[in-house]
Amino acid sequence: MNEPLYTSTNPTLRERLRGFVNSFGLPRLIIAAFLLMLYIAAPFVGAGFWMQISNTINRFSWNAIMVLAMVPMIHSGCGLNFGLPLGIISGLLGATLSIEFGFTGGMSFLMAILIATPIAIVLGAGYGWLLNKIKGGEMMIATYVGFSSVSFMCMLWLLLPYHSPTMVWGFAGKGLRTTISLEGFYDKVLANFLQINIGSLSIPTGTLLFFALLAFAMWAFLHTKTGTAMTAVGSNPTFARAAGVNVDKMRLLSVVISTWLAAIGILVYEQGFGFIQLYMAPFYMALPAVSAILIGGASVNKASIANVIIGTFLFQGIVTMTPTVMNNMIHMDMSEVIRVVASQGMILYALTRKTEASK
Amino acid sequence: MEKKNTPLLEMRNIKKDFFGNQVLTDINITLGEGEVLGLCGENGAGKSTLMKILFGMNVIRETGGYEGDILLNGQKVTFETPFDALAAGIGMVHQEFSLIPGFTATENILLNREPKKRNVISEVFGERLDTLDYNQMTGRAETSIEKMGFHVDKDMVIHEMPVGHKQFTEIARELSKDQLKLLILDEPTAVLTEKEAEALLDSIRAMSKNGIAVIFITHRLQEILSVCDKVVVMRDGFVVKDVPAKETNVNEISKWMVGRNVDTGASVEARDEKDARTIMSIRRLWVDMPGEIVRDVSLDVKEGEILGIGGLAGQGKLGIPNGIMGLYEAGGTVELDGKQIPLNSPRKCLDASLAFVSEDRRGVGLLLDETLEWNVAFPAMQVQNKFLKNYLGGLIKWRDEKAIREVTERYIDELAIKCTGSKQKAKELSGGNQQKICLAKAFALEPKFLFVSEPTRGIDVGAKALVLEALRRFNRESGVTVVMISSELEELRQICDRIAIVSGGKIAGILPATNPSEDFGMLMVSMVK
Repeated sequence: MNEPLYTSTNPTLRERLRGFVNSFGLPRLIIAAFLLMLYIAAPFVGAGFWMQISNTINRFSWNAIMVLAMVPMIHSGCGLNFGLPLGIISGLLGATLSIEFGFTGGMSFLMAILIATPIAIVLGAGYGWLLNKIKGGEMMIATYVGFSSVSFMCMLWLLLPYHSPTMVWGFAGKGLRTTISLEGFYDKVLANFLQINIGSLSIPTGTLLFFALLAFAMWAFLHTKTGTAMTAVGSNPTFARAAGVNVDKMRLLSVVISTWLAAIGILVYEQGFGFIQLYMAPFYMALPAVSAILIGGASVNKASIANVIIGTFLFQGIVTMTPTVMNNMIHMDMSEVIRVVASQGMILYALTRKTEASK
Repeated sequence: MEKKNTPLLEMRNIKKDFFGNQVLTDINITLGEGEVLGLCGENGAGKSTLMKILFGMNVIRETGGYEGDILLNGQKVTFETPFDALAAGIGMVHQEFSLIPGFTATENILLNREPKKRNVISEVFGERLDTLDYNQMTGRAETSIEKMGFHVDKDMVIHEMPVGHKQFTEIARELSKDQLKLLILDEPTAVLTEKEAEALLDSIRAMSKNGIAVIFITHRLQEILSVCDKVVVMRDGFVVKDVPAKETNVNEISKWMVGRNVDTGASVEARDEKDARTIMSIRRLWVDMPGEIVRDVSLDVKEGEILGIGGLAGQGKLGIPNGIMGLYEAGGTVELDGKQIPLNSPRKCLDASLAFVSEDRRGVGLLLDETLEWNVAFPAMQVQNKFLKNYLGGLIKWRDEKAIREVTERYIDELAIKCTGSKQKAKELSGGNQQKICLAKAFALEPKFLFVSEPTRGIDVGAKALVLEALRRFNRESGVTVVMISSELEELRQICDRIAIVSGGKIAGILPATNPSEDFGMLMVSMVK
């Protein structure tokens, strides 16, 4: 006689579990568990634990700003910024021009930012204007904007009249090299600021602080009148219009901010990495950033700073940990496979969820 | 044919509720062979639901079925799907066209019922690959067009046709079905020109002669009188009148349509302020709002009054506030307090102390995914810089969460909004409470002039009374002029001082709310296009 009672309570328990998984996100759960497992396994396969932690934190500090660049466009309803390469190109122009003009050391970093800013604003405004023309299909158009701008720049890197001997091809004396060392310029300029070294653990305090500053600025912006309007535009554009908000202007602004953050993001990435990478390098930069913020729990129209931090940490953790741990364990390079599965799978998952949510 | 006294269709004690909300009560309708029945009633009276039941639409079954019996030729029938209804000889022409734009009239008329020829391939792979017999198709299409009595070019592609011809193609399609005994026409003349409508009435007469019974739904009462054998008037889910068309007139029908209690129902405190000054004057307003086109509206609103705007659906009453508030393309002049308000700019209207509660709660009225706090405070924050803290000499306008919470909680109290707190998401509230949030949003703007569009649509009776009371209080206590647009005349008569009726995109007339319902009913149908 108890059977009906039993069957009626059983689904509620299952539903509660499902509710938890839904709210936290199954992929995030799996990836977090996987990362935890990697950390636990690391010492056993002969990879130093603190070393691995340092690596993760370092890579986090390089990439976090580019992930942060996703936030404004998600808030304004423009979706995920697959056009991130456009902002990255602005940053690369800033970097190369700063070196070309002869700035060195910390000054070259500051000048790179100053030069990249107007470029990012102009390119971002054009990009935003385009996205306002094709509402509803932003993400697809964004992807092609990113790809085509990278290809276009491949020609310009060769043709622009750069002369600085540190950057151009040695024999021809013109055309930029694919990889440019930043030694003597802004290599580790942020990372070395207040760097903490304890044994094999090293923390790039300066870079983290720089990210924290920008993240705080973004958080604060979203609490202002304009930021509130931006979020409302993303949540319900018709509502925002009826409340007197200029929807197109808000969207444009979000695209410009996103593009600018991408430009700053690549400069910070370069100072940590130590090299400027040109030509096809920006081509695949958007996908890791997109999947990082999705892993962090953002959806196509909601994102927070916490999503950025958690997501970047999880994604970069996987990327750094898998090569060392997996290679030591099974003596086979699985890292690329896992990274591709995780990042593309995450994007796919988020996009399918979008149609469900927008119903 | 032998059983002359068995009616073709009999609906007995049909009842239907949507989740406890009774929409049809004890409907009894009989219809003989070749008879034409005119079905009329205000929007929401239950006409469409009744036809959906008769046609076996899925939505009825999904919402729990219906009670009562449908008898066809004296035999009880239950239609699980529209296909069953079609097989039983019932055809329906819906308000929206279901035609394939790239096909010719002939192809559309006989779609999926084409006469076919066998060929080599279909001998091998089955009948899905039969060839269409175009000669025979043309013949059958011609016959059905002839039967209809209005000439439609059978070879014309649908998307090249004028809208009236599309309507006739649909009718021809129904007529081409040999077993057709009963045809339901749901507002077929709404899209037709006068001449085409006349032709349609002729073809209805022709069908009736051929023994096909017709149920004809329309808002144009004159048409009903000229073509129907009997008239059934519905109101609030009841059949209020079932009379032979010869024994009635437009006047009576419109009275039955709108009047609950013709003597009571008007506002107890309708005021007539003849000498109040004009606060808003609208001149030659046109609004291009799909489905609610406003053609030429001139209207004066007096300060401090509640003006109702009523009329049948699709006649343009919703277009007026949407056009003035800049949500749809509009033209003409609108003056508030003697100052002209630029049209097509929502921001300028809000700056001029106008506010608008949209009829489209979920689409325009709310940020469904955000908290109640955001919903209530957002427009006031954006337009009037309320609920903001200024830093660095106004350079940084920071959201004042405390002020936002306070104002939201105040309105939650005042309007008795049922929620778990000011941080609840708007989408989690019921319709009535969502509507109150929309009102709170407008109240928070502290406007001089408020448009409220369909404030009681889709909410239950209790919530309705509360919403209307809140509006009345807002008007009386703050002296705010309110213009309320509603499809429910009784509701307008309860709360408004004067009521303007819109018909055919124009103001058909303005009367004090104390006038009897039938006066408004007459105005409603006076210029229907």
